[in-house]
Order: sequence, then C-alpha cells, then structure tokens
Amino acid sequence: MHQLIQYISSYLTSDKTPGVAGNMFWALVYIMLVFVGLSVAVIAMNWLERKILAHMQVRLGPMRVGPHGLLQPIADAIKLLLKEDIMPAEADGVIFWIAPFIVVLAAFTVFVVVPFGPTHAITDMNIGILFMLGVSSLSVLGIVMAGWASNSHYPLIGALRSSAQMVSYEVAMGLAVVSAILMTSLNAEGTGTLSMIGIVQAQLAQGEWFIFKFFPLGLVAFFIFAVAMVAETNRAPFDLAEAESELTAGFHTEYSGFRWSLFFLAEYSAMIAVSSIAVTLWLGGWLRPFPNWLSGQTWDQIFNVFPGVSFLLLAAICFYNTARMPKHPLFRVQTIGLAGFGIVLGLIALVLFYPPVSLRVQDIFWFAAKVAGFMYLYIWYRGTFPRYRFDQLMQMGWKVLLPMGLGVLILTAGVALVQPMIWHP
Amino acid sequence: MAPVATPFFFYLFAAIMVIGGVMVIKRKNPVHSALALIVTLLAQASIYLMLYAPFVAGVQIILYAGGIMVLFLFVIMLVSIERSMKEQTFNSQRVVGVIAAAALGALFISVYVHGKNIFPEGVPAMGEGDNTQKVASLLYGQYMFSFEIASLLLLVAIIGAVVMAKKRI
Repeated sequence: MHQLIQYISSYLTSDKTPGVAGNMFWALVYIMLVFVGLSVAVIAMNWLERKILAHMQVRLGPMRVGPHGLLQPIADAIKLLLKEDIMPAEADGVIFWIAPFIVVLAAFTVFVVVPFGPTHAITDMNIGILFMLGVSSLSVLGIVMAGWASNSHYPLIGALRSSAQMVSYEVAMGLAVVSAILMTSLNAEGTGTLSMIGIVQAQLAQGEWFIFKFFPLGLVAFFIFAVAMVAETNRAPFDLAEAESELTAGFHTEYSGFRWSLFFLAEYSAMIAVSSIAVTLWLGGWLRPFPNWLSGQTWDQIFNVFPGVSFLLLAAICFYNTARMPKHPLFRVQTIGLAGFGIVLGLIALVLFYPPVSLRVQDIFWFAAKVAGFMYLYIWYRGTFPRYRFDQLMQMGWKVLLPMGLGVLILTAGVALVQPMIWHP
Repeated sequence: MAPVATPFFFYLFAAIMVIGGVMVIKRKNPVHSALALIVTLLAQASIYLMLYAPFVAGVQIILYAGGIMVLFLFVIMLVSIERSMKEQTFNSQRVVGVIAAAALGALFISVYVHGKNIFPEGVPAMGEGDNTQKVASLLYGQYMFSFEIASLLLLVAIIGAVVMAKKRI
C-alpha cells in the first residue's frame, strides 16, 4: 500500500509526460481525462454547431430541450442509443460491424501524442507528428470498409469519393507539415524533431510561432494545411463523401443507431485532432499569445487570469439569460436549471483564479482556446461556403495545393540555408 | 522506459502476421484479402517498433496501410465480386507446390537450428530516442547517392505511368 502511494506520488515532481516517465497510473489517469474531455467537447460541439448554424441562417435552432436547447445533445444521444440497429441483409457482416470501430479507434488513438502542455500529454514520441498523420490516415480505411460492406450504391460512391479525396489531400498536407518540421531544425542548439512537444519547444526557443516564420512562407504552409485538413475530415465545403443532396448520407447511409453515432463521434474527434496538429505546428501549441510584444511579469500575471475570466464570462452569460427567461410557471424548472449551471461555471471560475491551479491549467487553456477557434472556423465554413464539385475538388488538391506545397517546401529550405549567412556572417 | 520487446509480443505479432498472410491467399473475396493484408502490414509495423525503429514503423503505417492499401481497395471495390468469387484461387500444380514448400520449410528449419552461429546475438545499435535523426543523417550523409538513385527510379516510374495512361500529352 505504502509503495503504491509512493509510486503514484513519485510522478508529481516529474517534468515529463507520464508516458515518458513510465508511470502507468498517471498515464491511465491522463487517458481517462483526455477521453472524458474529448467526449464533452464533442457534445458541446454538437450543440454549438446547431446553434451557430441556426443563428447564421437567422433561425433559433434547438430551443425546446432545456433552456436554449442545452440538453439537446443528451436527448440526441439517448435517441441514438435506443434506436433499432439495422444491418442490411445483403451487407458483408463482419466488415460492416468492424468499420465504425476502426474509424473511432483511429480518431481517438491520435490523442496519445497531442501536447496540451509541456507535461500535459499522455506521452511524447520521437515520431509524434508522423504517428498522428499515420494513425489518422487509417480512418479512411474504416470509411472505405463501411461504404463497401453496405452493399449499396450511395455508400459505395461515397467511399470512393472519400478515399480519392483523402489520398490526394494527404500529399499536400504532408508537404505543408514537412516545411514546418524543417523550421524546427533552425534552433540555436539541437536538431530538428518530429516530437509534438519538441515542435512547440522549438517555437519557444526561436521566440516565434511558425505561422510568422519567414513571412509569408509559414503563413502559406499553414493555409495549405488549413484547407487540406477540412478535406481530410470530410467537412463542408469538401464533404462530397456524404453530400446529402447527391448521396443521401454517403458512406454511412445504411448505418443507424449506435453505429451511426460512432461515425459521428469519430468525425468530430478527428476534427479536433487535425486542429490540434495545426495548433501545435503553426500556432505555438500551449504557448500564450503575444509572448514577445506583451512580455514581462505583469503581463504574465494578466494572462494567468484568462482561464478564470473566460469561465466567469460564461457564467455571466448564463445569469443574463436566466434573467431573460420567460416568467411563465412552465419555465420555472428550466430557469432554475440555467441558474444552477451558471453557478457551477462560476465556481469553476473561482477555482481557476486560485494561483497554483491557474498556473497549471494555463497551457491547457491556451491550447483548448486555439483549437476552439478552429472548431468555430469549421462551423463557419459549413455555414458559408457552397460545396465543391468533385472535379473542382481534385483540381484544387493536385493543381493548386500540391504545387504550392512543393514551392513552399523548397523556398523554406532555401531561406533557412541562406538566412544565417546574411544575418550572422 | 521498460522494454516492450518481450518474446510474448513478438510471438503475438508474428502469429497475427502469419494468420493475416494465410488469409490473404485463402479468401475468395478480394476485399477480404486486401483487409487481411492491411492487418499483416500493421502487425509488421509493430514488429519494427519492437526493433526500436519507430520511424520505419511510422512510415510503414502511413505509406502502406494508409496510402497504398487505400488505392488497392479503391480499385478492388470496383471489381465485380460475384465473378471473382467463382474464380479458382489456386491452380492445381500440387507437386511443384509441395516441393517448393518443403524447400522453404527446410531453409527456415535450418536457419532456426543453426541461426545462433550464423547471426550472432546483437544489441540494438540505435537508441529509440533519436531514431529519426539518425536515419536522416545516414540517408542524407553516407547513403546520399543511393538514396537519390532510388528517388530517380520512382520518378521514372511516375513518368512511365503517365506516358502509358495518356495517349496524347
């Protein structure tokens, strides 16, 4: 018993991730935390997407289940779990059964190396970014299997489109990633690295996020990645694999109930995964904004209160809307519930203001905030861009993004070679 | 970190590879064969990991399982399954097959028996920590020329494919 406690507490003074330190207990705790956090994020994303899309189209969106439809995702989840699970008679049983699990596994496994902070990751690998790209590319196998095993025309066409699209955009995506990795090798000391934590530390050491490095090369590489990642996750305007006006629902037409919800879960967690690659590679990962311009201890302290302030803001929004709830007695339960939710958020904010906590949570907060920005962009794209035609999509991938990626890669390498000769002769 | 390269995992992944390989040739449905091949390739990637070569394992997953096999499936999915299910998967050259299998088996057994003398027991030369960097400095240092020749070969293959596929360029 004593040894167990010692084993658990021995990690607390460590400055490594639990995977690198080899501490099984904390690795498990981190895995649970990431899993729970991810599920909550997907639920929140579901509600936010419906609400934001609705407001973009001057509608109200879900309003009935809970105040402002806050409980709608939970109602949806219950509905999906209770729905009858139908398997087409002519489907290929085993493959039809396995496909959603492969997609979910690929989407969740990726988070093993996502660095939420210098020590807040499940583990750190020497091949971090390679692992992320590799495992997330496996999800296309699940989609292809789902489409083929359904033994139906729309899913098959959806799967074909999806595989063609993913294979072509992976090339441009890879080139953009390589140009960012190239920048990590420009440290004063040490070599380049593929490790996710190492990439952010390289940005810290060079005092510059890679999006601003060698302006505009970093920005262009980021742009290529930002377009390719929307295509990789099959989201609008590149959602041809599930284009509802042409293919009903694409590769998951024949899926229902729990299996369908697995596809849904995988899609959203894959979106979070590729966004966190973009954040890690170009937007400084867990580093706070304006590290050079607003440096110094005062500014550090001001940025430290940001997590607390953001939760306080959410609580304030809750209270404002509580006051605006209809006064009819039928709405009493909802009003009390919303006020309770606001109080919970306020309590979380108070905990986050406590200095030791706010110091520890800082990096996670900034990482999550940057990823949340990308999530909003995804919704924004969906609300505003019309869907591409398939030949336009292919043209975009092979004739625009790929040459741009190659050019950026060569120019980055060239500038990285030439720059030290000019600045430090 | 505690070593993961235990005999248990080696035999596990080796068994998965062998079963996957047998499935590739035994299944009549070409899509099932392709999926079995993917399982085999993934198990192979795990064996690379056990050999402390994470970079090779990562590239194996991206290129083979994620890239090439998706293209394979892409083509196979369009083949009529009904027709290929009726086709014979094995030809009936039993005598030649038995002789070839016996020869290969004898080779494996002899390597298993005398292997300790032929291949001396070695310690992995590369650490896991900076595997990628070491691979890079070898590829772009000592083996630069052969590396570039290999990429030239791939370029020739790409151009050949384009010329064959397009009549008028």
